[in-house]
Amino acid sequence: MTTLAQGLSHGGVITWRNLTNVRRNPELLLAATLQPIMFVLLFAFVFGGSMGGGQPEVYREFLMGGIFAQTVAFNSAYTTIGMANDLQKGIIDRFRSLPMSRAAVLFGRTAADLAVTGVGLVVMSLCGLLVGWRIESSFGEAVLGFAVLFLFGFAMSWIGALIGMAAGSVEVAQSAGFIWMFPVTFISSAFVPQTSLPQPLKAFADWNPVTAIANASRELFGNPMSPPIPNIPEPHGWPVENAALYSIICSVTIIAVFAPLAVAKYRKVASK
Amino acid sequence: MPSSEVAVRAEALVKTYGSTRALDGVDLEIPTGQVLGLLGPNGAGKTTTVRILTTLLRPDSGRAWVAGHDVLADPDAVRRSIGLSGQYAAVDENLTALENLYMVGRLYGKSRADSRARARELVDRFDLTEAADRPSKGYSGGMRRRLDLAGALVASPSVVVLDEPTTGLDPRGRLDTWEVIGELVTAGTTVLLTTQYLEEADQLANSMMVIDRGKVIASGTADQLKREVGGERLEIVATDAADLPAVRTALAEVGSGEPTVDEHLRKVEVHVDAGSKALMEALRRLDSQDIAVHDAALHRPTLDDVFLSLTGHVAEQEPEEPADKKGKRAKKKGASA
Repeated sequence: MTTLAQGLSHGGVITWRNLTNVRRNPELLLAATLQPIMFVLLFAFVFGGSMGGGQPEVYREFLMGGIFAQTVAFNSAYTTIGMANDLQKGIIDRFRSLPMSRAAVLFGRTAADLAVTGVGLVVMSLCGLLVGWRIESSFGEAVLGFAVLFLFGFAMSWIGALIGMAAGSVEVAQSAGFIWMFPVTFISSAFVPQTSLPQPLKAFADWNPVTAIANASRELFGNPMSPPIPNIPEPHGWPVENAALYSIICSVTIIAVFAPLAVAKYRKVASK
Repeated sequence: MPSSEVAVRAEALVKTYGSTRALDGVDLEIPTGQVLGLLGPNGAGKTTTVRILTTLLRPDSGRAWVAGHDVLADPDAVRRSIGLSGQYAAVDENLTALENLYMVGRLYGKSRADSRARARELVDRFDLTEAADRPSKGYSGGMRRRLDLAGALVASPSVVVLDEPTTGLDPRGRLDTWEVIGELVTAGTTVLLTTQYLEEADQLANSMMVIDRGKVIASGTADQLKREVGGERLEIVATDAADLPAVRTALAEVGSGEPTVDEHLRKVEVHVDAGSKALMEALRRLDSQDIAVHDAALHRPTLDDVFLSLTGHVAEQEPEEPADKKGKRAKKKGASA
């Protein structure tokens, strides 16, 4: 067997192991599904009235792209906790003492987390349909829209893996995995148009990958790029006009940087 | 490059963490098919040695070979030849015994069918058949440890490394584990075993190495070490203090060296070479003189005795534990007063 085929086979075994874990503990799915549902309902009905400029149904269509982006971004937190958990339980020592590919454990973890996020996306889409969200674009664009989301979720997972290995304990991982997600997802166009933000935040939001993912999915699902609030200009600039392309560049860059870092960290990390 | 008669060899291993030297020049050699017991208190460097030999940790300096492969230059070849069972049972608690072993088999590169067959075989051998299809979360500590040990043997490795395989097990679990290790040795496997119990190393190992603060302080067979420590101690507590001189005389005859007398506890102690024979002989003599015995005991040398005689200090426990407990207790007392 070639090294690559062996690596994939090992990655597949670890993915199977992680998904078996989820199947035996369905409560692990709760966080991944309930949280986005909660966000859809809260934002749609709490903010929809004031931010929708009298058209809450338009805000809800705008909102869905943002919540999709937030959900796939939060994928990193699950990877963080999963890695920290495996380290604490000592099973990583067993894996590291086996003649297996160094990347397989990480690949198996990110792949399984992506599957969980996929379940979250399906539940959320159904929830979105209930509050009035519709895909207004072609079938091909819609597929590309979901592909962009999955790619970003996968990319974020590698950042999460690195944090999980650096955290040292599950308790630290639990806060470290989530806390940085809030500024990253809120200082973006996920819930408000980025043009409504004050200056330093706006510059961050303009180039924030979460903005790119939210805007790309709005564009590819045929949803409005900004809610109909008076006196808030439509966003423009290169990242907005090329949202899909920019979001793919972001995801690929994150993978190219963080996957090798995570593998290097995995080689060195000592189980606590 | 060591010859094929040597399964494990380490030369001058050094590993430092900050200012602590976890390993300070450890040499080690295990002939093929033999068991080496690595003995020492917590923090002595046992686990660090194990982690270096199993490729989990790189030493700062020094070299090591396992099953003919250089640990640093060819870690993958080492991993293919070894099985590791760690201090904490490294099993996935959400997978069943069969699934855990299947997974390990697949990761060793075995086919699906081979992995399944091997998992079944090991589950039966390790007495886990009934629990084989339940998630290991519900297993007892002993069952988990057996499963972990089984995981180390999936690929029938020629060298097995066991890091404190019986720590935290009940006596029954300890005996079971000893039995498995005995079988491995019969099958010709080379075993590196770390333990805190002299008795365990005595039972299982061909030779022992005692380490303390990252240094090898003694090595040899169990008998050699015991001779250094001074063998066993016979202790007799007389019912009547008036009998103490007679007890002392009796013990001087069966023991080696001068007995010590503790008048307050009415206790006489002496080193003995003959163990239980000396105990019985002493009791016989006392009985024939109608001397009533309150308590009689034979103490095997413990790790503490080894340390006391080798280093002049008692084996240190985990430093944070006793201090911490004392602190808490003191606080509680303060709060209730």
